[in-house]
Amino acid sequence: MDISKFTSRKFLLVAGLVLAILVFLATFPIYGSNSAVGVWIIIMMYVILTVSWVMFSGSTGYMSLAVAAFFGIGAYTAAFLYPRTPGPLLPLPAVIIAGGLVSFIFALLVGLVTLRLKGMYFAIFTFGLSVLLYHIMVFYELQIQGFRGQRLTPITNQTAFYIVLVILVLTVLAAYLIRRSRLGLAMQSIGESEDAAAHMGVNTTMVKVITFAISAFFMGAAGAALAPKWGYIDPTVAFNMFYSFMPVLMAVFGGMRELYGPVVGAVIFAYTERALRLRFPYQYMLAFGIVLILIIIFLPGGLTGLVPKLQDKLRGVIARLRKGGQSEQHVNT
Amino acid sequence: MSILEGQGVTKYFGGLAAVSNVDFHIGQGEILGLIGPNGAGKTTLFNLISAAFPISSGEMRFKGHKLNGLKPHKICRLGIARTFQETKVFANMSALQNVLVGAFFGTPTHISGTDAAGEATQVLEFVGLPAMSMTPVKDLTLVNQKRTEVARALATKPELLLLDELMAGLTPTEVSESMELVTRIRDRGITILMVEHVMKAIMGICGRVMVLHNGEKIAEGTPQEIAANKKVIEIYLGVETHAGN
Repeated sequence: MDISKFTSRKFLLVAGLVLAILVFLATFPIYGSNSAVGVWIIIMMYVILTVSWVMFSGSTGYMSLAVAAFFGIGAYTAAFLYPRTPGPLLPLPAVIIAGGLVSFIFALLVGLVTLRLKGMYFAIFTFGLSVLLYHIMVFYELQIQGFRGQRLTPITNQTAFYIVLVILVLTVLAAYLIRRSRLGLAMQSIGESEDAAAHMGVNTTMVKVITFAISAFFMGAAGAALAPKWGYIDPTVAFNMFYSFMPVLMAVFGGMRELYGPVVGAVIFAYTERALRLRFPYQYMLAFGIVLILIIIFLPGGLTGLVPKLQDKLRGVIARLRKGGQSEQHVNT
Repeated sequence: MSILEGQGVTKYFGGLAAVSNVDFHIGQGEILGLIGPNGAGKTTLFNLISAAFPISSGEMRFKGHKLNGLKPHKICRLGIARTFQETKVFANMSALQNVLVGAFFGTPTHISGTDAAGEATQVLEFVGLPAMSMTPVKDLTLVNQKRTEVARALATKPELLLLDELMAGLTPTEVSESMELVTRIRDRGITILMVEHVMKAIMGICGRVMVLHNGEKIAEGTPQEIAANKKVIEIYLGVETHAGN
Protein backbone atom coordinates (compact mmCIF):
# COMPACT_ATOMS: atom_id res chain seq x y z
CA MET A 1 0.00 0.00 0.00
CA ASP A 2 1.15 3.51 -0.75
CA ILE A 3 1.74 4.98 2.71
CA SER A 4 1.98 8.64 1.71
CA LYS A 5 -1.39 8.42 -0.01
CA PHE A 6 -2.86 6.82 3.08
CA THR A 7 -1.46 9.44 5.43
CA SER A 8 -2.48 12.35 3.25
CA ARG A 9 -5.99 10.92 2.97
CA LYS A 10 -6.04 10.53 6.74
CA PHE A 11 -4.80 14.08 7.11
CA LEU A 12 -7.56 15.39 4.85
CA LEU A 13 -10.12 13.41 6.81
CA VAL A 14 -8.95 14.87 10.13
CA ALA A 15 -8.73 18.40 8.72
CA GLY A 16 -12.23 18.07 7.25
CA LEU A 17 -13.62 16.78 10.51
CA VAL A 18 -12.03 19.58 12.53
CA LEU A 19 -13.35 22.16 10.04
CA ALA A 20 -16.86 20.68 10.18
CA ILE A 21 -16.84 20.80 13.99
CA LEU A 22 -15.61 24.39 13.94
CA VAL A 23 -18.29 25.45 11.45
CA PHE A 24 -20.94 23.69 13.51
CA LEU A 25 -19.78 25.41 16.69
CA ALA A 26 -19.24 28.83 15.13
CA THR A 27 -22.76 28.92 13.67
CA PHE A 28 -24.48 27.24 16.59
CA PRO A 29 -25.58 30.42 18.44
CA ILE A 30 -27.38 31.55 15.24
CA TYR A 31 -29.84 28.68 15.19
CA GLY A 32 -29.49 27.12 18.64
CA SER A 33 -31.81 28.10 21.49
CA ASN A 34 -30.41 30.21 24.30
CA SER A 35 -30.44 27.28 26.71
CA ALA A 36 -28.74 25.00 24.17
CA VAL A 37 -26.03 27.65 23.77
CA GLY A 38 -25.68 27.60 27.56
CA VAL A 39 -25.26 23.83 27.54
CA TRP A 40 -22.54 24.06 24.89
CA ILE A 41 -20.68 26.70 26.87
CA ILE A 42 -20.45 24.24 29.76
CA ILE A 43 -19.43 21.39 27.45
CA MET A 44 -16.69 23.50 25.89
CA MET A 45 -15.57 24.63 29.33
CA TYR A 46 -15.10 20.99 30.34
CA VAL A 47 -13.20 20.27 27.13
CA ILE A 48 -10.85 23.19 27.92
CA LEU A 49 -10.31 22.01 31.49
CA THR A 50 -9.79 18.39 30.44
CA VAL A 51 -7.44 19.09 27.54
CA SER A 52 -5.36 21.50 29.62
CA TRP A 53 -5.28 19.01 32.50
CA VAL A 54 -4.02 16.28 30.17
CA MET A 55 -1.47 18.74 28.74
CA PHE A 56 0.44 18.53 32.02
CA SER A 57 -0.80 15.53 33.99
CA GLY A 58 -1.44 13.15 31.10
CA SER A 59 2.13 12.99 29.89
CA THR A 60 4.15 13.61 33.04
CA GLY A 61 1.98 11.39 35.23
CA TYR A 62 1.80 14.08 37.91
CA MET A 63 -1.81 13.99 39.04
CA SER A 64 -2.89 17.58 39.57
CA LEU A 65 -6.10 18.33 41.48
CA ALA A 66 -5.49 22.07 41.24
CA VAL A 67 -7.85 22.68 38.31
CA ALA A 68 -10.39 24.22 40.68
CA ALA A 69 -7.68 26.50 42.09
CA PHE A 70 -6.66 27.87 38.67
CA PHE A 71 -10.23 28.07 37.41
CA GLY A 72 -11.21 29.98 40.56
CA ILE A 73 -8.26 32.34 40.29
CA GLY A 74 -9.34 33.18 36.75
CA ALA A 75 -12.94 33.67 37.86
CA TYR A 76 -11.95 36.00 40.73
CA THR A 77 -9.56 37.95 38.51
CA ALA A 78 -12.53 38.58 36.21
CA ALA A 79 -14.68 39.53 39.20
CA PHE A 80 -12.19 42.21 40.26
CA LEU A 81 -11.57 43.52 36.73
CA TYR A 82 -15.13 43.26 35.39
CA PRO A 83 -17.36 44.17 38.35
CA ARG A 84 -20.98 45.27 38.05
CA THR A 85 -20.22 48.41 40.09
CA PRO A 86 -18.45 50.61 39.16
CA GLY A 87 -18.45 48.77 35.83
CA PRO A 88 -15.72 47.07 33.79
CA LEU A 89 -12.17 48.28 34.40
CA LEU A 90 -10.80 46.60 31.28
CA PRO A 91 -12.29 45.39 28.00
CA LEU A 92 -13.50 41.79 28.12
CA PRO A 93 -10.70 40.19 26.04
CA ALA A 94 -8.11 41.82 28.31
CA VAL A 95 -9.95 40.47 31.34
CA ILE A 96 -9.84 36.92 29.94
CA ILE A 97 -6.11 37.20 29.22
CA ALA A 98 -5.52 38.65 32.70
CA GLY A 99 -7.40 35.72 34.23
CA GLY A 100 -5.13 33.33 32.36
CA LEU A 101 -1.98 35.28 33.23
CA VAL A 102 -2.70 35.48 36.95
CA SER A 103 -3.26 31.71 36.99
CA PHE A 104 -0.09 31.23 34.95
CA ILE A 105 2.05 33.23 37.37
CA PHE A 106 0.47 31.59 40.38
CA ALA A 107 1.16 28.13 38.88
CA LEU A 108 4.75 29.15 38.15
CA LEU A 109 5.36 30.10 41.79
CA VAL A 110 3.54 27.09 43.20
CA GLY A 111 5.25 24.78 40.71
CA LEU A 112 8.73 25.96 41.65
CA VAL A 113 8.06 25.09 45.28
CA THR A 114 6.12 21.87 44.90
CA LEU A 115 6.98 20.02 41.72
CA ARG A 116 9.68 18.17 43.62
CA LEU A 117 6.83 16.32 45.32
CA LYS A 118 6.08 13.04 43.63
CA GLY A 119 3.12 10.75 43.18
CA MET A 120 0.47 10.87 45.83
CA TYR A 121 2.09 13.80 47.64
CA PHE A 122 1.72 16.05 44.63
CA ALA A 123 -1.94 15.05 44.21
CA ILE A 124 -2.66 15.76 47.87
CA PHE A 125 -0.83 19.07 47.73
CA THR A 126 -2.76 20.30 44.71
CA PHE A 127 -6.01 19.16 46.30
CA GLY A 128 -5.04 21.11 49.42
CA LEU A 129 -4.22 24.15 47.30
CA SER A 130 -7.75 24.24 45.87
CA VAL A 131 -9.28 23.90 49.33
CA LEU A 132 -6.93 26.54 50.76
CA LEU A 133 -7.81 29.11 48.10
CA TYR A 134 -11.50 28.44 48.69
CA HIS A 135 -11.10 29.19 52.39
CA ILE A 136 -8.93 32.25 51.77
CA MET A 137 -11.66 33.74 49.58
CA VAL A 138 -14.38 32.86 52.11
CA PHE A 139 -12.31 34.57 54.77
CA TYR A 140 -11.67 37.58 52.54
CA GLU A 141 -15.32 38.05 51.65
CA LEU A 142 -16.78 37.57 55.10
CA GLN A 143 -14.08 39.21 57.23
CA ILE A 144 -12.69 41.94 54.97
CA GLN A 145 -15.25 42.63 52.29
CA GLY A 146 -18.14 42.15 54.69
CA PHE A 147 -20.48 40.24 52.41
CA ARG A 148 -20.39 37.05 50.41
CA GLY A 149 -19.90 36.83 46.64
CA GLN A 150 -18.93 39.10 43.74
CA ARG A 151 -21.24 40.62 41.16
CA LEU A 152 -19.92 40.99 37.63
CA THR A 153 -21.06 42.97 34.63
CA PRO A 154 -23.05 40.21 32.94
CA ILE A 155 -22.43 39.16 29.33
CA THR A 156 -24.87 37.36 27.04
CA ASN A 157 -24.69 33.64 26.37
CA GLN A 158 -23.71 34.43 22.79
CA THR A 159 -20.70 36.54 23.80
CA ALA A 160 -19.64 33.94 26.36
CA PHE A 161 -20.05 31.19 23.76
CA TYR A 162 -17.67 32.79 21.30
CA ILE A 163 -15.11 33.67 23.95
CA VAL A 164 -15.13 30.11 25.26
CA LEU A 165 -14.90 28.80 21.69
CA VAL A 166 -11.78 30.89 21.06
CA ILE A 167 -10.20 29.65 24.29
CA LEU A 168 -11.12 26.10 23.32
CA VAL A 169 -9.47 26.39 19.90
CA LEU A 170 -6.33 27.91 21.42
CA THR A 171 -6.18 25.22 24.12
CA VAL A 172 -6.44 22.35 21.65
CA LEU A 173 -3.95 24.05 19.34
CA ALA A 174 -1.47 24.52 22.20
CA ALA A 175 -1.92 20.91 23.28
CA TYR A 176 -1.33 19.76 19.70
CA LEU A 177 1.81 21.86 19.28
CA ILE A 178 3.25 20.82 22.65
CA ARG A 179 2.68 17.15 21.83
CA ARG A 180 4.66 17.53 18.62
CA SER A 181 7.43 19.65 20.11
CA ARG A 182 10.56 18.73 22.01
CA LEU A 183 8.82 20.01 25.13
CA GLY A 184 6.24 17.27 24.60
CA LEU A 185 8.99 14.68 24.17
CA ALA A 186 10.63 15.89 27.39
CA MET A 187 7.35 15.61 29.30
CA GLN A 188 6.74 12.14 27.94
CA SER A 189 10.21 11.05 29.02
CA ILE A 190 9.57 12.46 32.50
CA GLY A 191 6.36 10.43 32.68
CA GLU A 192 8.26 7.29 31.67
CA SER A 193 11.28 7.73 33.95
CA GLU A 194 12.06 11.05 35.53
CA ASP A 195 15.53 9.89 36.69
CA ALA A 196 16.56 8.76 33.24
CA ALA A 197 15.19 11.97 31.69
CA ALA A 198 17.29 14.10 34.04
CA HIS A 199 20.40 12.06 33.26
CA MET A 200 19.77 12.52 29.53
CA GLY A 201 19.99 16.28 29.94
CA VAL A 202 16.31 17.16 30.43
CA ASN A 203 15.92 20.04 32.88
CA THR A 204 13.02 18.25 34.52
CA THR A 205 12.10 20.97 36.99
CA MET A 206 11.86 23.64 34.32
CA VAL A 207 9.89 21.45 31.91
CA LYS A 208 7.39 20.56 34.61
CA VAL A 209 6.97 24.09 35.93
CA ILE A 210 6.53 25.61 32.46
CA THR A 211 3.89 23.13 31.31
CA PHE A 212 2.12 23.25 34.65
CA ALA A 213 1.88 27.03 34.19
CA ILE A 214 0.79 26.82 30.53
CA SER A 215 -2.01 24.44 31.43
CA ALA A 216 -3.01 26.77 34.29
CA PHE A 217 -3.25 29.67 31.82
CA PHE A 218 -6.10 27.99 29.94
CA MET A 219 -7.86 26.94 33.14
CA GLY A 220 -7.69 30.53 34.39
CA ALA A 221 -8.93 31.91 31.08
CA ALA A 222 -11.90 29.53 31.24
CA GLY A 223 -12.71 30.75 34.75
CA ALA A 224 -12.46 34.37 33.63
CA ALA A 225 -14.85 33.66 30.73
CA LEU A 226 -17.45 31.83 32.79
CA ALA A 227 -17.62 34.30 35.67
CA PRO A 228 -19.24 37.19 33.72
CA LYS A 229 -21.55 34.69 32.01
CA TRP A 230 -22.85 33.74 35.46
CA GLY A 231 -22.86 37.39 36.56
CA TYR A 232 -22.24 36.36 40.16
CA ILE A 233 -19.60 34.16 41.76
CA ASP A 234 -18.68 33.16 45.27
CA PRO A 235 -15.99 30.77 46.53
CA THR A 236 -18.33 27.78 46.30
CA VAL A 237 -18.92 28.44 42.60
CA ALA A 238 -15.38 29.47 41.67
CA PHE A 239 -13.34 26.93 43.66
CA ASN A 240 -15.73 24.00 43.28
CA MET A 241 -13.75 20.76 43.66
CA PHE A 242 -15.88 19.34 40.88
CA TYR A 243 -13.66 21.24 38.46
CA SER A 244 -10.68 19.31 39.78
CA PHE A 245 -12.24 15.87 39.66
CA MET A 246 -14.26 16.06 36.44
CA PRO A 247 -11.29 16.59 34.07
CA VAL A 248 -9.58 13.53 35.56
CA LEU A 249 -12.69 11.39 35.07
CA MET A 250 -13.31 12.78 31.58
CA ALA A 251 -9.71 12.15 30.53
CA VAL A 252 -9.74 8.58 31.86
CA PHE A 253 -13.14 8.04 30.22
CA GLY A 254 -11.99 9.32 26.84
CA GLY A 255 -8.45 7.97 26.92
CA MET A 256 -5.24 10.00 26.98
CA ARG A 257 -3.05 8.45 24.29
CA GLU A 258 -4.35 10.63 21.50
CA LEU A 259 -5.19 14.32 21.58
CA TYR A 260 -8.84 13.69 20.68
CA GLY A 261 -9.34 11.25 23.56
CA PRO A 262 -9.88 13.87 26.27
CA VAL A 263 -12.02 15.92 23.86
CA VAL A 264 -14.30 12.98 23.14
CA GLY A 265 -14.43 12.04 26.81
CA ALA A 266 -15.29 15.55 27.94
CA VAL A 267 -17.97 16.10 25.27
CA ILE A 268 -19.78 12.81 25.92
CA PHE A 269 -19.44 13.09 29.68
CA ALA A 270 -20.57 16.71 29.86
CA TYR A 271 -23.33 16.38 27.27
CA THR A 272 -24.96 13.31 28.79
CA GLU A 273 -24.67 14.87 32.20
CA ARG A 274 -26.44 18.05 31.06
CA ALA A 275 -29.01 16.24 28.96
CA LEU A 276 -29.89 13.39 31.28
CA ARG A 277 -29.20 14.46 34.83
CA LEU A 278 -32.19 16.74 35.12
CA ARG A 279 -34.60 14.25 33.60
CA PHE A 280 -33.39 11.03 35.19
CA PRO A 281 -31.24 12.15 38.13
CA TYR A 282 -30.97 8.82 39.95
CA GLN A 283 -30.87 6.48 36.98
CA TYR A 284 -28.33 8.71 35.29
CA MET A 285 -25.83 8.84 38.14
CA LEU A 286 -26.25 5.11 38.72
CA ALA A 287 -25.68 4.23 35.07
CA PHE A 288 -22.76 6.62 34.83
CA GLY A 289 -21.02 5.15 37.84
CA ILE A 290 -21.36 1.67 36.37
CA VAL A 291 -20.12 2.75 32.94
CA LEU A 292 -17.10 4.46 34.48
CA ILE A 293 -16.19 1.38 36.52
CA LEU A 294 -16.56 -0.87 33.46
CA ILE A 295 -14.34 1.41 31.40
CA ILE A 296 -11.60 1.52 34.02
CA ILE A 297 -11.63 -2.26 34.38
CA PHE A 298 -11.98 -3.29 30.74
CA LEU A 299 -10.68 -0.30 28.80
CA PRO A 300 -7.65 1.12 30.60
CA GLY A 301 -6.95 3.08 27.41
CA GLY A 302 -10.35 4.79 27.67
CA LEU A 303 -13.05 4.98 25.06
CA THR A 304 -10.68 6.07 22.29
CA GLY A 305 -8.26 3.30 23.31
CA LEU A 306 -10.76 1.05 21.53
CA VAL A 307 -9.90 2.52 18.12
CA PRO A 308 -6.49 0.84 17.58
CA LYS A 309 -7.86 -2.41 19.03
CA LEU A 310 -10.75 -2.40 16.57
CA GLN A 311 -8.37 -1.53 13.74
CA ASP A 312 -6.20 -4.52 14.66
CA LYS A 313 -9.23 -6.81 14.76
CA LEU A 314 -10.41 -5.51 11.42
CA ARG A 315 -6.99 -6.05 9.86
CA GLY A 316 -6.94 -9.58 11.24
CA VAL A 317 -10.34 -10.34 9.74
CA ILE A 318 -9.34 -8.89 6.38
CA ALA A 319 -6.08 -10.85 6.35
CA ARG A 320 -7.96 -14.04 7.11
CA LEU A 321 -10.51 -13.41 4.38
CA ARG A 322 -7.73 -12.81 1.89
CA LYS A 323 -5.85 -15.96 2.77
CA GLY A 324 -9.07 -17.92 2.40
CA GLY A 325 -9.80 -21.47 3.56
CA GLN A 326 -6.21 -22.53 4.02
CA SER A 327 -5.48 -20.19 6.89
CA GLU A 328 -8.86 -20.91 8.42
CA GLN A 329 -7.84 -24.53 8.64
CA HIS A 330 -4.59 -23.39 10.19
CA VAL A 331 -6.47 -21.33 12.76
CA ASN A 332 -8.67 -24.26 13.65
CA THR A 333 -5.81 -26.64 14.33
CA MET B 1 45.89 13.08 31.04
CA SER B 2 42.95 12.52 33.37
CA ILE B 3 39.46 13.30 32.15
CA LEU B 4 37.86 12.72 35.55
CA GLU B 5 39.52 12.99 38.93
CA GLY B 6 38.08 12.34 42.35
CA GLN B 7 39.63 13.20 45.68
CA GLY B 8 38.38 11.92 49.01
CA VAL B 9 35.02 11.09 47.48
CA THR B 10 32.68 10.12 50.31
CA LYS B 11 28.99 9.40 50.58
CA TYR B 12 27.09 8.67 53.77
CA PHE B 13 23.63 7.16 53.90
CA GLY B 14 22.70 7.90 57.48
CA GLY B 15 25.68 6.60 59.45
CA LEU B 16 26.78 4.19 56.75
CA ALA B 17 29.63 5.21 54.48
CA ALA B 18 28.61 3.76 51.11
CA VAL B 19 31.68 5.31 49.50
CA SER B 20 34.51 6.27 51.79
CA ASN B 21 37.40 8.57 50.97
CA VAL B 22 38.00 7.20 47.47
CA ASP B 23 40.67 8.83 45.30
CA PHE B 24 40.49 7.89 41.65
CA HIS B 25 41.25 9.11 38.18
CA ILE B 26 40.16 8.09 34.71
CA GLY B 27 42.57 8.66 31.85
CA GLN B 28 41.43 10.15 28.58
CA GLY B 29 40.43 7.36 26.16
CA GLU B 30 40.81 4.41 28.53
CA ILE B 31 38.36 1.73 29.61
CA LEU B 32 38.40 1.58 33.40
CA GLY B 33 36.69 -1.36 35.06
CA LEU B 34 35.09 -1.01 38.46
CA ILE B 35 34.57 -4.26 40.35
CA GLY B 36 33.79 -5.42 43.83
CA PRO B 37 31.25 -7.45 45.81
CA ASN B 38 27.60 -6.41 45.95
CA GLY B 39 27.21 -3.41 48.22
CA ALA B 40 30.80 -2.31 47.67
CA GLY B 41 29.69 1.15 46.51
CA LYS B 42 30.18 0.83 42.76
CA THR B 43 26.75 2.09 41.75
CA THR B 44 26.90 4.73 44.48
CA LEU B 45 30.10 6.05 42.95
CA PHE B 46 28.32 6.16 39.56
CA ASN B 47 25.44 8.03 41.14
CA LEU B 48 27.84 10.54 42.68
CA ILE B 49 29.60 11.18 39.36
CA SER B 50 26.29 11.61 37.50
CA ALA B 51 24.87 13.67 40.41
CA ALA B 52 21.92 11.38 41.06
CA PHE B 53 22.57 12.43 44.64
CA PRO B 54 24.95 14.93 46.24
CA ILE B 55 28.40 14.03 47.49
CA SER B 56 28.91 14.13 51.28
CA SER B 57 32.52 15.25 51.10
CA GLY B 58 35.44 15.29 48.72
CA GLU B 59 35.45 16.66 45.21
CA MET B 60 35.43 15.59 41.61
CA ARG B 61 36.75 17.39 38.57
CA PHE B 62 35.80 16.69 34.97
CA LYS B 63 38.32 18.20 32.54
CA GLY B 64 39.15 20.67 35.29
CA HIS B 65 35.50 21.65 36.00
CA LYS B 66 34.36 21.06 39.54
CA LEU B 67 31.30 18.79 39.53
CA ASN B 68 30.14 19.40 43.11
CA GLY B 69 26.63 20.83 43.33
CA LEU B 70 25.69 20.39 39.66
CA LYS B 71 22.32 18.90 38.70
CA PRO B 72 22.15 15.66 36.66
CA HIS B 73 21.10 17.40 33.44
CA LYS B 74 24.09 19.76 33.72
CA ILE B 75 26.45 16.83 34.22
CA CYS B 76 25.03 15.24 31.11
CA ARG B 77 25.46 18.42 29.08
CA LEU B 78 29.06 18.71 30.31
CA GLY B 79 29.74 15.41 28.58
CA ILE B 80 29.17 12.60 31.07
CA ALA B 81 26.47 10.09 30.10
CA ARG B 82 25.37 6.92 31.82
CA THR B 83 23.28 3.78 31.65
CA PHE B 84 21.51 2.15 34.58
CA GLN B 85 21.98 -1.14 36.39
CA GLU B 86 18.24 -1.78 36.30
CA THR B 87 17.50 -0.47 32.82
CA LYS B 88 15.57 2.78 32.90
CA VAL B 89 14.41 3.03 29.33
CA PHE B 90 11.38 5.13 28.38
CA ALA B 91 9.34 1.95 28.20
CA ASN B 92 6.33 3.04 26.17
CA MET B 93 8.31 4.99 23.60
CA SER B 94 10.07 3.61 20.53
CA ALA B 95 13.86 3.20 20.49
CA LEU B 96 14.10 6.23 18.18
CA GLN B 97 12.09 8.41 20.57
CA ASN B 98 14.25 7.20 23.47
CA VAL B 99 17.38 8.23 21.65
CA LEU B 100 15.84 11.51 20.45
CA VAL B 101 15.52 12.61 24.09
CA GLY B 102 19.28 12.27 24.46
CA ALA B 103 19.95 13.99 21.12
CA PHE B 104 17.65 16.95 21.87
CA PHE B 105 18.55 17.64 25.48
CA GLY B 106 21.92 16.05 26.16
CA THR B 107 24.14 18.59 24.44
CA PRO B 108 24.81 22.15 25.56
CA THR B 109 23.97 23.58 22.13
CA HIS B 110 20.57 23.80 20.46
CA ILE B 111 20.03 21.13 17.82
CA SER B 112 17.49 21.19 14.99
CA GLY B 113 14.88 18.46 14.60
CA THR B 114 16.46 17.14 11.42
CA ASP B 115 19.92 16.98 12.98
CA ALA B 116 18.56 15.25 16.09
CA ALA B 117 16.76 12.65 13.97
CA GLY B 118 19.93 12.09 11.93
CA GLU B 119 22.04 11.73 15.04
CA ALA B 120 19.52 9.34 16.62
CA THR B 121 19.34 7.14 13.53
CA GLN B 122 23.11 7.03 13.34
CA VAL B 123 23.69 5.95 16.97
CA LEU B 124 20.93 3.35 16.73
CA GLU B 125 22.69 1.85 13.72
CA PHE B 126 25.97 2.03 15.63
CA VAL B 127 24.62 -0.12 18.49
CA GLY B 128 22.87 -2.41 16.01
CA LEU B 129 19.21 -1.53 16.43
CA PRO B 130 16.73 -0.83 13.62
CA ALA B 131 16.00 2.91 13.69
CA MET B 132 12.61 2.73 12.04
CA SER B 133 11.03 0.28 14.47
CA MET B 134 7.93 1.70 16.18
CA THR B 135 7.87 -1.09 18.79
CA PRO B 136 7.72 0.28 22.34
CA VAL B 137 11.04 -0.44 24.03
CA LYS B 138 9.35 -2.42 26.80
CA ASP B 139 8.62 -5.11 24.20
CA LEU B 140 12.30 -5.48 23.22
CA THR B 141 14.60 -8.18 24.63
CA LEU B 142 16.86 -7.29 27.57
CA VAL B 143 19.94 -6.94 25.38
CA ASN B 144 18.12 -4.60 23.02
CA GLN B 145 16.80 -2.52 25.91
CA LYS B 146 20.38 -2.19 27.11
CA ARG B 147 21.51 -1.23 23.63
CA THR B 148 18.76 1.40 23.54
CA GLU B 149 20.18 2.82 26.77
CA VAL B 150 23.67 2.90 25.31
CA ALA B 151 22.40 4.57 22.14
CA ARG B 152 20.44 7.11 24.19
CA ALA B 153 23.57 7.91 26.18
CA LEU B 154 25.71 8.17 23.04
CA ALA B 155 23.21 10.58 21.49
CA THR B 156 24.14 13.10 24.21
CA LYS B 157 27.63 13.17 22.66
CA PRO B 158 29.49 12.24 25.84
CA GLU B 159 33.24 12.29 26.38
CA LEU B 160 32.88 9.96 29.34
CA LEU B 161 30.40 7.09 29.37
CA LEU B 162 29.43 5.28 32.56
CA LEU B 163 28.17 1.74 31.93
CA ASP B 164 26.51 0.09 34.91
CA GLU B 165 26.51 -3.70 34.47
CA LEU B 166 25.92 -3.70 30.75
CA MET B 167 26.59 -7.45 30.56
CA ALA B 168 24.43 -8.60 33.47
CA GLY B 169 21.80 -11.12 32.43
CA LEU B 170 23.09 -11.52 28.88
CA THR B 171 23.93 -14.77 27.08
CA PRO B 172 27.62 -15.54 26.31
CA THR B 173 27.11 -14.50 22.67
CA GLU B 174 25.47 -11.24 23.72
CA VAL B 175 28.31 -10.61 26.17
CA SER B 176 30.85 -10.97 23.34
CA GLU B 177 28.81 -8.61 21.15
CA SER B 178 28.56 -6.09 23.97
CA MET B 179 32.32 -6.27 24.61
CA GLU B 180 32.87 -5.54 20.96
CA LEU B 181 30.39 -2.63 21.19
CA VAL B 182 32.22 -1.14 24.18
CA THR B 183 35.52 -1.35 22.32
CA ARG B 184 33.98 0.36 19.30
CA ILE B 185 32.66 3.15 21.55
CA ARG B 186 36.15 3.65 22.97
CA ASP B 187 37.52 3.73 19.43
CA ARG B 188 35.24 6.73 18.79
CA GLY B 189 37.32 8.53 21.41
CA ILE B 190 34.90 8.11 24.29
CA THR B 191 36.36 7.28 27.69
CA ILE B 192 34.56 4.48 29.53
CA LEU B 193 34.04 3.64 33.16
CA MET B 194 32.26 0.31 33.56
CA VAL B 195 30.88 -1.54 36.55
CA GLU B 196 30.82 -5.22 35.78
CA HIS B 197 30.56 -8.62 37.42
CA VAL B 198 31.25 -10.55 34.22
CA MET B 199 34.99 -11.07 34.68
CA LYS B 200 35.48 -12.18 31.09
CA ALA B 201 34.43 -8.71 29.99
CA ILE B 202 36.59 -6.94 32.57
CA MET B 203 39.66 -9.03 31.68
CA GLY B 204 39.00 -8.76 27.96
CA ILE B 205 38.57 -5.06 27.38
CA CYS B 206 39.61 -2.99 30.40
CA GLY B 207 42.98 -1.30 30.35
CA ARG B 208 42.84 -0.79 34.09
CA VAL B 209 40.68 -2.06 36.96
CA MET B 210 39.72 -0.51 40.28
CA VAL B 211 38.35 -2.64 43.12
CA LEU B 212 35.96 -1.35 45.79
CA HIS B 213 35.09 -3.14 48.99
CA ASN B 214 32.85 -1.74 51.72
CA GLY B 215 33.07 1.67 50.08
CA GLU B 216 36.87 1.76 50.05
CA LYS B 217 39.29 1.33 47.23
CA ILE B 218 41.34 -1.79 47.96
CA ALA B 219 43.23 -2.27 44.71
CA GLU B 220 43.95 -0.75 41.35
CA GLY B 221 45.96 -1.94 38.38
CA THR B 222 45.97 -3.84 35.12
CA PRO B 223 43.53 -6.78 34.85
CA GLN B 224 46.45 -9.19 35.28
CA GLU B 225 47.65 -7.49 38.46
CA ILE B 226 44.11 -7.50 39.87
CA ALA B 227 43.60 -11.17 39.01
CA ALA B 228 46.76 -11.99 40.96
CA ASN B 229 46.07 -9.66 43.89
CA LYS B 230 45.68 -11.75 47.05
CA LYS B 231 43.29 -9.37 48.79
CA VAL B 232 41.00 -9.17 45.76
CA ILE B 233 40.96 -12.94 45.39
CA GLU B 234 40.09 -13.35 49.03
CA ILE B 235 37.28 -10.79 49.03
CA TYR B 236 35.83 -10.96 45.56
CA LEU B 237 37.18 -13.33 42.99
CA GLY B 238 37.44 -16.38 45.21
CA VAL B 239 39.84 -19.32 45.02
CA GLU B 240 39.23 -21.81 42.28
CA THR B 241 38.09 -25.10 43.72
CA HIS B 242 37.08 -28.27 42.04
CA ALA B 243 33.90 -30.13 42.69
CA GLY B 244 34.60 -33.47 44.29
CA ASN B 245 37.73 -32.35 46.09
